[in-house]
Amino acid sequence: MTARASLVAIAVATMLGAAFAIPAARAERLIVSVSNHRVTVTPNYSGEELVLFGSVEKDASTPAGRTAYDLVVTVSGPLADMVTRRKERKFGIWINTDYRQFLQVPTYLAVFSNRPLEAVASPEVQRRQQLGLNNVLLTQRVGPDYADVVPNDAFRSAFVRLRSEHGLYREATSAVTFLTPTLFRTGIPLPAEVPIGTYNIEIKLFSGGALVTHTETAFDIVKVGFEQFVATNARQNGFVYGLFTVFMALMSGWMASIVFRKD
Amino acid sequence: MQIFLPIADIPVNIFLILAMGAAVGFVSGMFGIGGGFLMTPLLIFIGITPAVAVASVASHIAASSFSGAISYWRRRAIDPLLAAVLLTGGIIGTALGVWTFTELRALGQLDLMIALSYVALLTTVGGLMFWEGLRAMLRVRRGVAVSPRRSGSHGWIHGLPLKVRFKRSKIYLSVIPVVAVGVLIGFVGAVMGIGGGFILIPIMIYLLRVPTSTVIGTSMVLTLVTMLFATMLHAVTNHLVDAVLALILMVGGVTGAQFGARAGQKIRGEHLRLLLGLLILAVGIRFAVELAIRPDDLFTIREGDAG
Repeated sequence: MTARASLVAIAVATMLGAAFAIPAARAERLIVSVSNHRVTVTPNYSGEELVLFGSVEKDASTPAGRTAYDLVVTVSGPLADMVTRRKERKFGIWINTDYRQFLQVPTYLAVFSNRPLEAVASPEVQRRQQLGLNNVLLTQRVGPDYADVVPNDAFRSAFVRLRSEHGLYREATSAVTFLTPTLFRTGIPLPAEVPIGTYNIEIKLFSGGALVTHTETAFDIVKVGFEQFVATNARQNGFVYGLFTVFMALMSGWMASIVFRKD
Repeated sequence: MQIFLPIADIPVNIFLILAMGAAVGFVSGMFGIGGGFLMTPLLIFIGITPAVAVASVASHIAASSFSGAISYWRRRAIDPLLAAVLLTGGIIGTALGVWTFTELRALGQLDLMIALSYVALLTTVGGLMFWEGLRAMLRVRRGVAVSPRRSGSHGWIHGLPLKVRFKRSKIYLSVIPVVAVGVLIGFVGAVMGIGGGFILIPIMIYLLRVPTSTVIGTSMVLTLVTMLFATMLHAVTNHLVDAVLALILMVGGVTGAQFGARAGQKIRGEHLRLLLGLLILAVGIRFAVELAIRPDDLFTIREGDAG
């Protein structure tokens, strides 16, 4: 977490420094907006799709020949600790044996781009900019150390695969469409079992394999009304919630015995 | 119609849950059991995590056993003293069970434990019940008179101290085995998300020799109180009780139970036991097969600490 924050800080500092040194190279500006900044989970919520719109603003200092842009949009949901377990056959049955703990990883993670990431940037840049599911930092606790591992690590790939099966992790390298050479849009599909919280969207603009500029925006997914009320109370007032459920059970049992009374 | 469950955190079809509640309610009304052993696996099957399923089914069983207990109370088919002694054990067992549940959940072995206990318990009880029902049926066919309660035959249970006279059941019995049975039922109920009626009733009839007139009513009182207690404990310690899910199950369950009870009266006792035995055995075998064959996916993810 802190390592990541300081990395971002260094990256920002470098970029600012670079911007002051050679302003011509950082001439573009990204203007983006998401179709809904507050997604509400209601009783009949069954997933929805947000739309991210944006445009690349050029100014006088933009190199005249630069027209081809690449975009990589990374949407990451609220962070949480997760455990991945592996089953093995023991005594003739399949039981959980080994496990890895993932620390403060996004519960939702989506990477969208306008063309395959290999075409957008070199592997080195992809790794540095954390482009794509294979390059996003997923910190594991390995014994006493905290580290991410190689993308083809069994636990890491199983983790990404399982999240993908639920629509919670996704990578779509043709999801960003340029409507005009500077105007773009992409859909952000949110599955039904989407985690509640703040979602950050990071938009990175590339040209000729190098990062030109980047910007961030965010949206919130909130439970409202009844769902929120129930979830909050279950967590914070467990005792009262329990009493209420008990009361509900007794009432429905009693009602049934009256409604269906035969004598 | 989809509805979002606030604790299970998934959308489900409300009519599917209602239908499941009604179907299990029908079976429970027919055999005079809570039906938790069918409900919990069904909920797990539609994608609700075992932990939430177990915790929510507890309140559903409480509702159906309360409606049952009221009608048995009107018919004076409940032995209050016997129920009280069973409850003493039941409360202790439930507390132990919820504690075990929390510990196993932290260890990541909760799902395995739930599956293993289902296999062990259901195949044993189902097998015995099926066998017993089959024998009873054959005896009836051969025209041999059957006396389920062999009066005068005293087992080791009747040699235990601390004997008490249970007036309404007309038995004179030590409280030790009664409390022990209560602990057992409370424990398995809290860990497995079942009321335990399908184990309790045979134990009461064959081991404690409680007359059939008070067996079902009294066992329902035990189920009711242990399940209420389990609901409270699960709500306070694990925050896993989904009240919305529980309410839908209750509405379906209590309705189905009424029709089940009517259907049950039309079937002969030994046929009923044979059917129930088969049903329990089938659920148990299904769990066993699931453990023995290689799972589709060897990996699972859960939020939280490894513990």
